[in-house]
Amino acid sequence: MIKLSPKLSQKFSYALLYIATLLAIVPVITIIFIIVKNGISAISLEFLTSMPKNGMREGGILPAILGTFSIVLCAITIILPVGVCAAIYLNEYAKDNFLTKIIKLSIVNLAGIPSVVYGLFGLGIFVMFFKLGVSIIAGALTLSIMELPVVITTARGALNSVPYSFREASWSLGVSRWQTIRHVVLPNALPGILTGTILTVARISGETAPILFTAAAFYVPHLPHSIFDQVMAMPYHLYIISTQIPNMPKNIIYGTALVLLMVVLTMSCIAMIARIYFKKRRKW
Amino acid sequence: MSKIEVKKFNLYYSDFHALKDIDINIEENRVTAMIGPSGCGKSSLLRSINRINDMVEGACTSGRICISGQNIYDEKVDVGFLRKNVGMVFQRPNPFPISIYENVAFGLKVNRIASNKNVIDGVVEKSLKAVLLWDDIKDKLRKSALSLTLEQQQRLCIARVLAVAPNIILLDEPCSALDPVATVKVEELIIQLKDKYTIVIVTHNMQQAARVSHDTAFMLLGKLIEFDKTEKIFTNPSKKETSDYVTGRFG
Repeated sequence: MIKLSPKLSQKFSYALLYIATLLAIVPVITIIFIIVKNGISAISLEFLTSMPKNGMREGGILPAILGTFSIVLCAITIILPVGVCAAIYLNEYAKDNFLTKIIKLSIVNLAGIPSVVYGLFGLGIFVMFFKLGVSIIAGALTLSIMELPVVITTARGALNSVPYSFREASWSLGVSRWQTIRHVVLPNALPGILTGTILTVARISGETAPILFTAAAFYVPHLPHSIFDQVMAMPYHLYIISTQIPNMPKNIIYGTALVLLMVVLTMSCIAMIARIYFKKRRKW
Repeated sequence: MSKIEVKKFNLYYSDFHALKDIDINIEENRVTAMIGPSGCGKSSLLRSINRINDMVEGACTSGRICISGQNIYDEKVDVGFLRKNVGMVFQRPNPFPISIYENVAFGLKVNRIASNKNVIDGVVEKSLKAVLLWDDIKDKLRKSALSLTLEQQQRLCIARVLAVAPNIILLDEPCSALDPVATVKVEELIIQLKDKYTIVIVTHNMQQAARVSHDTAFMLLGKLIEFDKTEKIFTNPSKKETSDYVTGRFG
């Protein structure tokens, strides 16, 4: 074995660590670069605001954008209250007994279930058993179940970051547990919950498998009327035009990918900026 | 009759027996200090007087603590009402990260004691004057409480307690986060407050106990060893443990 001098081995290790970091970011940049390069020519106001034409080979992707938008909006309205309430219960009320340990364990494990399993579960429960049909609401419910563990975990993190001394101060003034949560804990946990929510929106915008059997349609000639409608959705639309339609112009495929990418990236950036902003304001 | 009567009081944290058969009578409008080494149970006893220890998981008690003759561990007792009557100030100043004004008004607003703005304004002013903070900050009531110095923050926390009109104030090492100059100032405030309130102070600092208190309780390993006039405790204690501790032979 060759013994390197300490100086040389320091340089060598540094290079190794540096290269590993590069390996992590290079693919991301390459993906973004390729998508932007091939897709930017398709982007226009018309592409974003009109219906697909000629077997989806021309025209815009408005129904897919609106479809994704409505599924995500619907899902977030379900996830947020349920997730925050569950997090409040687990963090502020639950005694540390066997039952809560089981609940916490299953929340962690729920996050490890493959998304396609959630999709099939949603098909069985919401689409067929509750007879919601393939619809926005069925897709949103499926996404909710999938994302709830993550939201609960982030919300708990946000609640935990509020110092215990604030709670004690409030209790010692004769304020009840619930009023303390409402007037002290929640206002201070809100920034964390908010950033977590934006990231959740980003994540579920791009989810394909859970909505595959529960909400997404191959092609819908009109815009969604109600939450019981089937809709087109960006991730699924991207899958279809990439695999199911012959002679699909390449720039439309990349353009769709670019729009989806931009939606997700913008959300993540907003979350990042919000986090920095709130961190600066927080002084305790 | 004593303001606070503790009778055969025991406190357990799950399996740990933290307070053992405590008997102590605390008199009205006096400052009572509790001293003893870390972990002796002095804070636990203090935190039992406003039942904030109820919030600790696994805490349970036996025996009685009577305030003005009423056992506060009685089932019928409204804990919210009790805690309004028995205010508490903590080791580290813990103002809420909201404005100075809102901090003092917090108890009034959330407990719905007052909703009229003039009434609340009046209480805020009175409370801040009582802790000698008003003149320094009357022009910046809308500023964040966290912009104040630590000493001012601790005064603000006391004002926040005074705003809900307690009879008793519990202070849990209120000066341990403050520098010596600030400590002296807060001590002066404590001495002033004793005319209107019954004060119980837990402290690590024996000089502080000697400076501010009338009576002193010495605790060790969950037991009350000796309780007497402060002068007596520091000059001529009757128990050997007490004299060992106050002369600095251990602790």
